[in-house]
Amino acid sequence: MLDILKYPDERLKQASQPVVAFDDALRAFVADLEETLRAGPGGVGIAAPQVGRFERIVIVDISAMRKLPAGSSSSGRMLLINPEITEWEGMVMGREGCMSVPDYTGNVIRAEKICFTACDEFGEQREYRCEGFEARAVQHEVDHLDGMLFLDRLVSRRSDLFRRKVYKKDEK
Amino acid sequence: MNEHWYMLTLVGRDRPGIVARVTHALFEGGCHLGETSMMRLGGNFTIMMMLRYTGTTHSLEQLVAGEAESLGLRLHVDRVEGGLHKHVEPDVRITVYGADRAGIVAQVTGALAEAGLDILDLISDVGGTEQAPIYILHIEGRALEGIPALESALEIVKGKGVDAQLAPVDIMVG
Repeated sequence: MLDILKYPDERLKQASQPVVAFDDALRAFVADLEETLRAGPGGVGIAAPQVGRFERIVIVDISAMRKLPAGSSSSGRMLLINPEITEWEGMVMGREGCMSVPDYTGNVIRAEKICFTACDEFGEQREYRCEGFEARAVQHEVDHLDGMLFLDRLVSRRSDLFRRKVYKKDEK
Repeated sequence: MNEHWYMLTLVGRDRPGIVARVTHALFEGGCHLGETSMMRLGGNFTIMMMLRYTGTTHSLEQLVAGEAESLGLRLHVDRVEGGLHKHVEPDVRITVYGADRAGIVAQVTGALAEAGLDILDLISDVGGTEQAPIYILHIEGRALEGIPALESALEIVKGKGVDAQLAPVDIMVG
């Protein structure tokens, strides 16, 4: 179990570096990171900088949720090292919280569908495609790698409810 | 003297600078703000703020009385039991809208309350034109008896001249 940094800890605002060594030390850290994620109540994702390690490592797993949110993909456990989002499609508003920001949730607009690449713990790169709640989780965690919190993306409580979905022009 | 929580309410005709002047007076007087709601409602500016303060209701009123009077705001102070870090998260969001008429809020919230809705946040607006006003209601809350019960309640309400939408709030914690 690793300690989770809590905002206003300034370290959460720093950018993380790419992983270069895919070795046993990395795999041991990934195991600790995953244990920390599983111990957090209701958490579906965690990023290495949340535990004070400033490398581009993320775990997302929404499969433990009681009920899969409507419209979400479900890819099981995803270990994403050096993730790069390559495609974004659609926009949707949703509610987010963060283990590093206790006792607060807020509305954030995210891409509805994303494509991205990432390496596994052995350095093998693969491609992913996610949508809905799962895509939201990946974007939230990748933000951590760039020193961004969901607090940086909050939208107004009063106006956001009419903006749940912005359709592409050709879908109108 | 011990610090207490107070709820301070200010209401008056809207004009620029109200928040800055009121909160400056409170800060200078040693108050520590907690959660607040400050918004314009139909040309009035309304402030409700919880704050921590070492002193009596009367001395707190004196702190802001000067600014309140010069800004034309009515002031009310209550000592309250309160505290921070007590957020309750919603699991459902409901939007209702329709041609404005008396009784929409009472009917909708009555039906929803019977179906187990605990309202955490409600904001309503009147839009449209003076000749044809429309009422728009946003609610966030907890479905204590499940979302299907609320959906059934909304179906009944929808037959009475309003449109309504309900969506679960799935909070992503990462």
